[in-house]
Amino acid sequence: MKYKSQKVAYWFFALSMLLLVLQITYGFIMGFARMGMDGLHEWIPFNTARSTHINLLVVWLLSGFMGAAYYIIPEESETELWSTKWAYVQLISLALVGVITIIGFHYNFWAVFGWEAIEGRKFLEIPRQLDWLVAGNVILFLVILLMTMIKGKKTTTTSLVLFGGLVAAALLYLPGMITFDSQVYDSFFRWWVVHLWVEGVWELIMGGMLAFLLIKLTGVDREVIEKWLYVVVGLTFLSGILGTGHHYYYIGVNNIWLIVGGIFSALEPLAFLAMALWAVNMYRKGEKKHPNKTAILWTLGSAIVSFLGAGVLGLAHTLPQTNLYTHGTLVTAMHGHLAFWGAYAMIVMAMIMYVLPNLTGRKLYDTGRSRAAFWLANLGMFSMTTAFGVAGVAQVYMERIMKVDFGQVQNQLQVHFLVLIIGATIFTIGITLYIIDFLKYGLPNDEALES
Amino acid sequence: MLSKKQAQVFFLGGTAVTFLIFIMLTIYSLGEAQDQSNAEALTASAVRGKEIWEKNNCMGCHTLFGEGGYYAPELTKVVERKGEAIIKAILMSPVAWNPTGQRQMVAYEMTEAEAQDVVEFFKWCGNVDLNGFDNLVSPLAKKDQ
Repeated sequence: MKYKSQKVAYWFFALSMLLLVLQITYGFIMGFARMGMDGLHEWIPFNTARSTHINLLVVWLLSGFMGAAYYIIPEESETELWSTKWAYVQLISLALVGVITIIGFHYNFWAVFGWEAIEGRKFLEIPRQLDWLVAGNVILFLVILLMTMIKGKKTTTTSLVLFGGLVAAALLYLPGMITFDSQVYDSFFRWWVVHLWVEGVWELIMGGMLAFLLIKLTGVDREVIEKWLYVVVGLTFLSGILGTGHHYYYIGVNNIWLIVGGIFSALEPLAFLAMALWAVNMYRKGEKKHPNKTAILWTLGSAIVSFLGAGVLGLAHTLPQTNLYTHGTLVTAMHGHLAFWGAYAMIVMAMIMYVLPNLTGRKLYDTGRSRAAFWLANLGMFSMTTAFGVAGVAQVYMERIMKVDFGQVQNQLQVHFLVLIIGATIFTIGITLYIIDFLKYGLPNDEALES
Repeated sequence: MLSKKQAQVFFLGGTAVTFLIFIMLTIYSLGEAQDQSNAEALTASAVRGKEIWEKNNCMGCHTLFGEGGYYAPELTKVVERKGEAIIKAILMSPVAWNPTGQRQMVAYEMTEAEAQDVVEFFKWCGNVDLNGFDNLVSPLAKKDQ
C-alpha cells in the first residue's frame, strides 16, 4: 500500500465477509423452507429470513464498496485519508446499523418506543428511525472521501466516477424514505431506489472499481481505460434510467412504460456486454505480468458473469410480453442471484484479492486454494441459478398457463430446491476457501507500506 | 477515433437527456388523468390496511402486483378468489394457516378491525388496472381456461 490510512479498508472488507457468511446462512434457511423443511418457523419465519438475507446482501456489498473507496481514493488522490479516526467511527456505526436492524427483524424491541421493527418493503425493510442513522453514516463517509479528494494532489476520472456513483447512491436512498398511502406510488418510487441503484449508479461504482483494477493489473495506459469507462457508464445510464420502466409494466401505472421499459431495458445488456469486452480487451492488450492472478481472475470473472447474469438473464424476461407471465415468479430470483453475484459480489471479491497482499505484505496470491475458491463459488452460483430458472419456468407453466393452485405448484417444485441446496453447498465451499485465504493473509501492517 | 473528452460528453449528455425524459414520463404517468388505481377510492381503512401489510412484512412471503417473496400466493385479486370471510379468519386465527401441510403462515392474531383494514386494502388493490396482469391472476382468468 502507498498510504497508511488505506488500512481502514481491511476492516470494511472483514465486515463484508462476516455479513456474507450470515447472508448465506439465511439463504440455507430459506432454501430448506422452500423444500418444506421449515423447522425454524417459530423463531425465524420465512419473511424474516428473506428480509435478513437481502438486507445483509445490501449491507455487505455497501461495506465492500466503502472499503474499496477507502483504498482507491487515497491512492488515486495521492494523499492520506482526510481522517482515519472518522473512517473507523463510520465503520462502527455501519456495523451497528446492521446489527440493530437484524436483531430488530427477529425481535421487535422497537415496540417499546412505539416504532416498527421493519418497513415491509422489499429491499428497503430497514425501519425509518434507522434510515436516518444510515443517512448520517453515508454523509460522514462521503465527507471523508470528498475532503481526501480536495486535499489530494490529483483528481482522476476513476476516482470521480467512483465518488459520483457513491454520491448518487446516497441521494437515491431518499425517494425510498417518502411515505405514500397508495401501493402504486409506493411501488413506483421504491424502484427509484432499488432499480436506479442496481441497474444505474451501482454500475458507476462497479465501473470505477473495475477501472482501478484494470489500471493496476493490466498495465494498460490509464487514459485508454478511463476513456472506455466513460463509454461503459454512458451506455449504462442511457439504457438503465429509462429501463426502470420494466418494473412499471404491471404495478398500476400508464402502459406507456410497456413501450419505454421494453425498448430501453432490452438495451441494458449492451452496457454489460461493453463492460465485459472492455475488461477482456484491456487484459489482452496488457503485459500480463502482474503476479496476482487471483485478482485478475475475479476481475475478469466479474465483468463476464455480470454480462451473463444481469445482461443475458435480465433480457430473458424483460420484454413485456414475456414478463406478463414471469413477473412475480422464481424467474426473477434466477436473474437476481447471478446478476448480484457477477456485478457486485465478484467485483468486491476481486478488490479484496487485489488489496490484501498490498495491505499485509504477504504475497499469497495464485494458490490452488484461491483458484478453487473462484471456480467452486461460480459453479455453485451457476447451479443455483439453473435451479431457480428451471423452477421458475415450471412455475410459470403450471401456475400462469395451466392455472394450478399456488400451493400445489410449490409442492411440485420442491425437487428443484434440492438442486438449489446442492448448488448452494458447492458455493459455500468456494466461499469458505475464499475466507480461509482472507484469514491467511492476516492483519494489515505498516511493513507493507511501499517506500 | 473517440477521444476521452468525447466519451465524457457522451456519458454526461446521455445521462442528462435520459434522466430528463424519465422525469417527464414520471410526471405524465402519475398525473391525475392517467390514474389507473382509482386513487379517489382509497379509504382511511385501506390506508391502515397498507400500514398493517408493511409492518408485518407480508411482502416477505406473498406477492402483490407481482412484487414480493414468491413463497406464498399472489394477493392482487385475493378477495375475489377467497372472499372476505376466509381472509379475515386467516388473519385473526391464533393457529398458523397451513393449507398444503408444508408452508405455514405466521399466526398474526389480528383484531377484527385490523383484519377488516387489510381486506379493504386488498379490495382497493384488486381494483387497480395492472395492464393485463390483474386478468392473469384473477379468478375470471381461471374460468376462461
